[in-house]
Amino acid sequence: MGELIAFVVLGAIAVAAGIAVVVVRNPVHSALFLVVNFFCLAVLFLVLSAEFVAALQVLVYAGAIMVLFLFVIMLLNVAGVFESQRDPLRSQRGLAVCLGLGLLAEVLAIAVSGAARLPSGGGTLPQDFGSPTLVGLLLYSQYVFPFEAVSVLLLIAMVGVVVLTKRSV
Amino acid sequence: MPFDVTELVIAIVKALVVFVALLSIVPVLIWMERKVIADIQIRIGPNRAGPFGLLQPLADAIKLIFKENIITQGADKVVYFFAPAVSMVPAIITFAVVPFGDTAHILGRKVLLQVADVNIGILYILALSSLGVYGIVLAGWSSNNKYSLLGGVRSSAQMISYELPLGLALVGPVLLSGSLSLREMINAQGRAGVWFIVPQFLAFAVYLISGFAETNRAPFDLPEAEQELTAGYHTEYSSFRFALFYMAEYVNMVTVGAVATTIFLGGWRGPFGNIVILQPVWFLVKLFAILYFFIWVRGTLPRLRYDKLMKLGWKVLLPLALLNLMVTATVKALAPQSAIPIMSVLSLVLVAIGVIALTIISARSTRTPASGLREPSAEGAFYTWES
Repeated sequence: MGELIAFVVLGAIAVAAGIAVVVVRNPVHSALFLVVNFFCLAVLFLVLSAEFVAALQVLVYAGAIMVLFLFVIMLLNVAGVFESQRDPLRSQRGLAVCLGLGLLAEVLAIAVSGAARLPSGGGTLPQDFGSPTLVGLLLYSQYVFPFEAVSVLLLIAMVGVVVLTKRSV
Repeated sequence: MPFDVTELVIAIVKALVVFVALLSIVPVLIWMERKVIADIQIRIGPNRAGPFGLLQPLADAIKLIFKENIITQGADKVVYFFAPAVSMVPAIITFAVVPFGDTAHILGRKVLLQVADVNIGILYILALSSLGVYGIVLAGWSSNNKYSLLGGVRSSAQMISYELPLGLALVGPVLLSGSLSLREMINAQGRAGVWFIVPQFLAFAVYLISGFAETNRAPFDLPEAEQELTAGYHTEYSSFRFALFYMAEYVNMVTVGAVATTIFLGGWRGPFGNIVILQPVWFLVKLFAILYFFIWVRGTLPRLRYDKLMKLGWKVLLPLALLNLMVTATVKALAPQSAIPIMSVLSLVLVAIGVIALTIISARSTRTPASGLREPSAEGAFYTWES
């Protein structure tokens, strides 16, 4: 019961914050609403006994990525830019609606078909469920290939950034 | 889940005790800082209010609360209002996982002398300390003041940069103890019979230096550098909101010190450590030794230039933290049982490497003062530190 209440409250806040991210005019406020959204997700992970993932969610997304977002927004002072200009991507609005509806249908399909496959509940979690040790072991044994692939992808992104922004000194 | 009201009451009492203790350390620390700095500068320091000037922080607090609360024109009111709280809250709740003693037996119940023993203790600390920057950045942005904004931007770049060596420095002790829980790390130090400052001295040094930067204290207090930025991010704040920022700085300092005490100095361990009443005392003694060091450094070192700050973080501290991590991991992999004694010897070598690296870097930057910093170009970043 407690989990249901937590899920409803947090889910509502997360969805509201998510909508606010795209609705509010001020980019700094958008970024802050995104932080709120990340926090709700982190608490949801906590409710699911996944403390490690929750800590990483806060550490990586709220603590590092969003701070850099804010840094860039403030440094470029883009607050005024969006107010004055017309939406430069107006032609993509129809496409965005289509893709959004498609994604929604996909999520709903997964939720409906997946609900039947879930265990009926009432079971107890193993003692070290979601512990850093267990997550680490899984990452380096069963999921080692996707894990390394993602790390290479991040490396490529970093090299790309250096290549694109490097000026001859 | 079985629900035990007594456990809940115990948890609330523990949280309250830690909260009150943390907030009452702040005035003591402010008084101590002013006295120690006065000593260093051959002054007397506060000595009017109360014996030895002990009531001076109280007098300051009363003065601050009765000042007018100013909101600048064009300020983003909601963000401006929340920023001091945002900087205060992470600083306080980080303390929840810091153990200040072993298990006490009170009225036939076992009570852990720690608000919450979570198995991801260090990640929790890192996650929350990475949030501390929001308060400063948002304060700087919402004040509608160019100096505040500059302070906020400086602080976000600085804290993101120094978080990496800070986190990496903590991985060494984690490897040696094999756990992320702070309580387990203290137990590991007890089993090994040696504090982790011995096998991980380089990590300790890197952690403390990054800690100065994370708390925005001298010599890394660029976000509030008076000479350039008036008062940086809190220029426009007055009254109680300024007091919150002021307190947050000291609470942050206590938290960084407490984490260093726990991870590197054995936490509550000390002579006659099995007497539970003595454990918080040992913890406080070690904590105040580190805090004294913080103040001592502030009274000794001049502020770094911004490009040198970045250079120190990325070119010295980060490689050193990585080196320490690499050596520790190798030793742990080759000799899991005797990793701590081997690291205790290797630690000397690592420290020597660290000192040499620092010497070379600082000698280089003093030999060519002009070539280090280029004129900022129109399209370039505002800090460039190629040399």
